[in-house]
Amino acid sequence: MARAVKNKQKIINTVAAWGIGLLIFFPVLWTILTSFKTEAQAIADPPVFLFFDWTLENYAIVQERSDYMRYLWNSVIIAGVSTLVGIVVAVPAAWSMAFVPSKRTKDVLLWMLSTKMLPAVGVLYPIYLIFIQLGLLDTRTGLVIVMMLINLPIIVWMLYTYFREIPGEILEAARMDGASLRDEILYVLTPMAVPGIASTILLNFILAWNEAFWTLNLTAAKAGPLTAFIASYSSPEGLFYAKLSAASTMAIAPILILGWFSQKQLVRGLTFGAVK
Amino acid sequence: MATLHARSAARLMMAPAVVLLLGWMLVPLVMTLYFSFKRYLPLRGGDLGWTGFDNYVRFVTSSSFWPSVQATLIIVGGVLLITVVLGVLLALLLDQPMWGQGIVRILVIAPFFVMPTVSALVWKNMFMDPVNGLFAHLWKFFGLAPLEWLSQASLFSIILIVSWQWLPFATLILLTAIQSLDREQLEAGEIDGAPPLARFRHIILPHLGQAITIVILIQTIFLLSIFAEIFVTTQGSFGTRTLTYLIFQRVLESQNVGLGSAGGVYAIILANIVALFLMRIVGKNLDT
Amino acid sequence: MNLKTTLCAAGALALVATAGANAATTVTIATVNNGDMIRMQGLTEDFTSSNPDITLEWVTLEENVLRQRVTQDIAAKGGQFDVLTIGTYEVPIWGNNGWLVSLNDLPAEWDADDLLPAIRSGLTVEGDLYAAPFYGESSMVMYRTDLMAKAGLEMPDAPTWDFIKQAAAAMTDRDNEMYGICLRGKAGWGENMAFLTATSNSFGARWFDENWKPQFDSEAWANTLNFYMDLMTSYGPPGASTNGFNENLSLFQQGKCGMWIDATVAASFVTNPKDSTVADSVGFALAPDNGLGKRGNWLWAWSLAVPAGSDATDAAKKFIAWATSKEYTALVASKEGWANVPPGTRTSLYENPAYLEAAPFAEMTLNSINAANPKQPTVDPVPYTGVQFVAIPEFAGLATQVGQEFSAALAGQQSVEQALEKAQALTADEMEAAGY
Repeated sequence: MARAVKNKQKIINTVAAWGIGLLIFFPVLWTILTSFKTEAQAIADPPVFLFFDWTLENYAIVQERSDYMRYLWNSVIIAGVSTLVGIVVAVPAAWSMAFVPSKRTKDVLLWMLSTKMLPAVGVLYPIYLIFIQLGLLDTRTGLVIVMMLINLPIIVWMLYTYFREIPGEILEAARMDGASLRDEILYVLTPMAVPGIASTILLNFILAWNEAFWTLNLTAAKAGPLTAFIASYSSPEGLFYAKLSAASTMAIAPILILGWFSQKQLVRGLTFGAVK
Repeated sequence: MATLHARSAARLMMAPAVVLLLGWMLVPLVMTLYFSFKRYLPLRGGDLGWTGFDNYVRFVTSSSFWPSVQATLIIVGGVLLITVVLGVLLALLLDQPMWGQGIVRILVIAPFFVMPTVSALVWKNMFMDPVNGLFAHLWKFFGLAPLEWLSQASLFSIILIVSWQWLPFATLILLTAIQSLDREQLEAGEIDGAPPLARFRHIILPHLGQAITIVILIQTIFLLSIFAEIFVTTQGSFGTRTLTYLIFQRVLESQNVGLGSAGGVYAIILANIVALFLMRIVGKNLDT
Repeated sequence: MNLKTTLCAAGALALVATAGANAATTVTIATVNNGDMIRMQGLTEDFTSSNPDITLEWVTLEENVLRQRVTQDIAAKGGQFDVLTIGTYEVPIWGNNGWLVSLNDLPAEWDADDLLPAIRSGLTVEGDLYAAPFYGESSMVMYRTDLMAKAGLEMPDAPTWDFIKQAAAAMTDRDNEMYGICLRGKAGWGENMAFLTATSNSFGARWFDENWKPQFDSEAWANTLNFYMDLMTSYGPPGASTNGFNENLSLFQQGKCGMWIDATVAASFVTNPKDSTVADSVGFALAPDNGLGKRGNWLWAWSLAVPAGSDATDAAKKFIAWATSKEYTALVASKEGWANVPPGTRTSLYENPAYLEAAPFAEMTLNSINAANPKQPTVDPVPYTGVQFVAIPEFAGLATQVGQEFSAALAGQQSVEQALEKAQALTADEMEAAGY
């Protein structure tokens, strides 16, 4: 009897969760489907869902018009390097905040977060002038620096919350055994924090990948990532839903696939210390 | 106990991050302050001299200022409300036993990976377009006149688009928090015969407090500066001109760098008021 | 190895080195994602094969993003681009600031005298041509001949606004998603304000009087806006307040509009059977008037310019001379047919029988362009030049804000009076800030 109730409950849960899940996923699915339609089918009335003549022509057109691989490569470099550099800068800072806290630790942490509240639009002009002076316009180096600085507060904070959960006794034991500070961080702390670091890397990679203001405004022909790629497909002349969908799919596919494969790591660490 | 040696080492290790962020904050800030006291019009020859507080006065007295603050707060508040409430409900549902939980989680998480420009383009064209959008077809199917989303319900449309992007983030954090809840405690509540609603109010919700605070804090930081969603959809028409967007119009469309910089200073002040407010709460909640 | 071979080898090396140095000339082109520009991008092999020492890099952006990027870069002297795609609004202002390189020294065979006078004068500042027109446009009425016949009406070559209204009423069939007229409503100085400013000229309105005093409190503006609002709410498509050029083009191509008053370049898109479902039943007429002596048509040319300070000025000029030449036109014609060549820039094109044959809209386009007079855009005298814009630096920001008020009125969020009142207030405010 109880078993039957449980099963019934489980069926209801499953149906509800799948329904909502599909609803949330639908815009992405619809975009992917539309990218395989012809322009005429993309605006067909009533809309066609699955039964249309699947075609790859939109992808061919998009690829012919813009060199996808170059944009993709720029995205990978900018998001990847900025995240890694950020981690290198943030690990020592987060370590000292977590294990040698002072009265001001929390203030420093919150101050770091508050630097993220500078409105990007308001400082575009100053940054642009600085970039001209330093010759950083339209370079991946320039964007790596900006992306790193933008995400640094989040990286420090995430790492801090993981490190804080590592019991201090372990570190003290290591210290007793004569481990230096460097050894302590490299051989004791880091292995324990790998899940946390992994999810920090993932989250910040995603944030850097999707950033669309600086990446668009500080690049021209050479360093433009996928956010710049998509800017040439919004509202062209005439019918464009299918081409827009193809370009959109190309822009989000890499990160979507990466995200799905690594979602376990991402989710495990995505707590910001909210879970004790 | 932390020794003196450890303390100075700690300070040294924090230095790179602190120095970098200090530079990233101060250099643009000082330049923005500098420009804000200038009549700086690049299209009219650039620096046209000091003007005192003229830009500041002009920016607040403009008829678009208060509506833009209001729009900013409505969008941030609306998105927070939707993502937190739906996030809690969705997290509760996903915590239940079911078949294919992993796949459902993959489906729910997807919007978070979509870049804001793409999501705004997709929503605007393929869903909210009053002639060819899917919503228009849906409305017509039920015999209703298609809604002109981006003009008639502009703020709501933007809130909807942004909420869609941030719901996965809220859900995931809340779900992890729920999963860490002590099962025995819950089951004890069940055996005591406490009704589900009471269980939710007295056991689950208090436990989620901190996670909700984190969600609100992180999202607010990102939501205060949303730009792409508005640029792509309404370009600030129909009451969707946020403070960020107003500054964009001053700096880039009107090419009035001085005026825009004054606006930037106001935006920093607004952000800090919100931040202070938030950090009071978070600071309390972060004490463990 | 003797000395001779060594010398030869060294010489060869030096040659290779110079060739390498030449090959390093990279021209970065910022352009808009319009169909004609995309086509140009696809045809560049013709240019690079005869100029192997020049490499072209493209930055193709959506119109609004392009404007923002290009303006930002030239104002801050970022020097990221060697060729800019800009319009008749930017050229006089930027040319005056000394930000553009004069194109007076383009080769004689490029034939500057062949350019349409109206277009050429819009791109010239004090005798210097600062940009080469890639395609030029005015605006005109595009209408469905089949629907007009069904309604028992005949479109004159030069219709009045009253006739347009009458025809719109006759063609509208809302139950079948058939809308009598499609017009721009999307806010933006290059969107609804381009249309409305041009239209206001035919109603005798103007932006400023001779003392730069804003005129939105005039009766002529009230008439313009009331007429437009009435037309659109009665016979326009839903969501008109978010429709720009592209949205309307797509509606017209789908056969949902009876009439569309917009850029003349759209003529080749709506008559192209590949994209348009109504290709064989489109007619053209001049933009309407009100009997006041001015028609509601504008003048625009997407043009290529070289920013001062570019490090590849010569190569950039070479490219521009290629892209805006008669030979380029012939190249497009040989690959895509005469109907698809970039229109509206050269007299010779409109004397070419092959083009006139292939493009039924050619004559109307030329007449529309010739009918626009940027120096005297409206009935009353004005202190500015520009038909659908006012060539002052503040206009873009200002008109976009005014456009947002008008767009909100079209969406029913405020009355025409309120919109005009706000437009007047914010224009006065911005002009004061700019020091008029």
